[in-house]
Amino acid sequence: MTSTPFEIKPYPELWAGLDMDVPRFDKARLMLGEAYAKTYLSQKNRPVGMAYFDTMIAEIHGGRIKELLAAKAEGRPVIGTFCVYIPEEIVLAAGGICVGLCGGSQGSVPDAEKILPRNICPMVKSAFGFKAGRICPYFQAVDFVYGETTCDAKKKTWEILDTMVPTYVMEIPQLKRQRDLDLWLAEVKDFKTKVEEVAGKTITETDLAKAISVMNNKRKALQRLNSLRHHNPTPISGKDGLLIEQIAFYDEPVRFTQKVDALCDELEERIKNNVAVPTKNAIRVMVAGTPMALPNWKIHNLVEGAGAVIVNEESCIGTRYFKDLIDEKAPTMDSMLVALTDRYKEIDCSCFTPNDERITQVIKEFRDSHAQGIINYSLQFCHTYNIEEIRIRQACERENIPYLFIESDYSAEDIGQLQTRIEAFLEQIGG
Amino acid sequence: MYIGVDLGSRTVKMAVWDGERLVDHRIAASGFEPHRQAEKMIADYRAKVVVATGYGRHLAAEHFADAVITEIKAHARGIFHEFPGCATIVDVGGQDSKVISLDAAGRVNNFQMNDKCAAGTGRFLEIMAASLAYTLEEFGAAALGTDQEVLINSMCTVFAESEVISMKNRGIARDRIARAVHSSVADRLAGMLARLGHGEVVAFSGGVARNPCMVELLEKRLPRARVLVPNLPDITGALGAALHGTGV
Repeated sequence: MTSTPFEIKPYPELWAGLDMDVPRFDKARLMLGEAYAKTYLSQKNRPVGMAYFDTMIAEIHGGRIKELLAAKAEGRPVIGTFCVYIPEEIVLAAGGICVGLCGGSQGSVPDAEKILPRNICPMVKSAFGFKAGRICPYFQAVDFVYGETTCDAKKKTWEILDTMVPTYVMEIPQLKRQRDLDLWLAEVKDFKTKVEEVAGKTITETDLAKAISVMNNKRKALQRLNSLRHHNPTPISGKDGLLIEQIAFYDEPVRFTQKVDALCDELEERIKNNVAVPTKNAIRVMVAGTPMALPNWKIHNLVEGAGAVIVNEESCIGTRYFKDLIDEKAPTMDSMLVALTDRYKEIDCSCFTPNDERITQVIKEFRDSHAQGIINYSLQFCHTYNIEEIRIRQACERENIPYLFIESDYSAEDIGQLQTRIEAFLEQIGG
Repeated sequence: MYIGVDLGSRTVKMAVWDGERLVDHRIAASGFEPHRQAEKMIADYRAKVVVATGYGRHLAAEHFADAVITEIKAHARGIFHEFPGCATIVDVGGQDSKVISLDAAGRVNNFQMNDKCAAGTGRFLEIMAASLAYTLEEFGAAALGTDQEVLINSMCTVFAESEVISMKNRGIARDRIARAVHSSVADRLAGMLARLGHGEVVAFSGGVARNPCMVELLEKRLPRARVLVPNLPDITGALGAALHGTGV
């Protein structure tokens, strides 16, 4: 396999200005570039529209950071997050930018383990390590980090993280009774006040209506992409699908929407011309479970390396981010905030109990995507997804759906075992 | 001849099938280059098809094998040949342990495999035997020879080893500790079987099935099942691969 030369562009002066550990970060940049070339550019028959997303990776540590800093220079807030519960529309309405922070790499885990316990979620450790090691330009550029209460590891880590970067915590309830939804709405209002403070402006109804429309359009474009992936044979690889979902968390939303739509036009053409990726008879697999933060491509790499294709991600970096829209008909600020909260409460994170909606949703996505089996992926030590696994497994048994559960982290040490398990799963489906 | 080679983490196994029966089998240490070892082993035969399985299967395919299947499918094929109708397999190899359930036609319909650690594997038993200064044969025999149980709490190889050391230093007899190690592995396998569900016959394959104490302790934990061990439990995977070759 030959790969096209690919480089993640270096911006050492910019990084030094952000008080980063430049020599170390530069090494990480080279490694990421290599991994990207190997994982992505070696794929055959990629859509032309992926070129934009390749550029977003090449400029991940420079071009996009410059845009963030330019926004800050204009007094617009930049807010970092790790969770799809952040009401992004409010940030946008205040003229701000919302970015998903680094948290998907093994490289920063040792930094975190100097301080945090080892037996907690790898995403939390990785994220914390990126800040502690000063090796994520996004972390260095934000005004504050949006934290939430969706799991114990995050909730308690915010207290420590707050000593390094201002961390604002919004309470997300864990049940969905009326009194919980009332609390949620109050939390949304508090968050709006906080964002207005940092932005130094009051959000108007027009601002919010516009932001809601921008985000709805972005989510619609992702929905469109997802339904095109459901076509059999699928016109785009699962790796590329996942990459776009990952980039959704740091790109400028209007530009991103245009590029996703342009790619979708191309994919529609491919479907018309019967162009398939990777092959027409590839076994179709859906993944469900915990988010795969950039650059976590471990499962997709193994599945597609074995000749199958992933056609859907039921995940925060996946359908949970875009399956629901906000009703745009609300006329007043109050009713808009209610409509917004109504949309966010539809996200079926495993931190909720009970969470029957998610079980139904997983099966629905399995049917919609014409998948032949489900891989349920949980990050190590993610108690809620790990335990909810039991109910997903039972549902798959009931529905006679081939099912594989994988618990893993970001390290490479279990690649051999995972490869065997994934290949055996594909043999099981293929008969 | 249809040849199956199983390039495992500890040993390479070969099975030669002439279309009707197993005509030869060999086992050798994996060494540093398992595919060279495998190539040497098959050199004496004019193979029609070579099918590779085990950890080194893809390496073998790069060098000489005509097809690859996972060890899960290979064990299913090998066991179903030996015990037709068998619906459940426990396979304990050097680096992993797995339980596999089969449908009425012998196809895999579900399986579980240990993930990130050596607990409950052949390697775990080896390390524990070494820490008690037993050979593997003595280890199983000693454990079989006592019924006085002590309890090992940890399933992690590293922690279990310290637990064994602290037991030694409390003056607990060596055979009792050996028994405890075997019990802890049997508990883990029984737990995996309970999660997956099992039939009335559970076939036990892989090198660890030659340890009579493991077989006895596993059977004790499965009151509704009989545990059957094939004649040559080590080569089940290689045999399954060879049988798969007849359809390639």
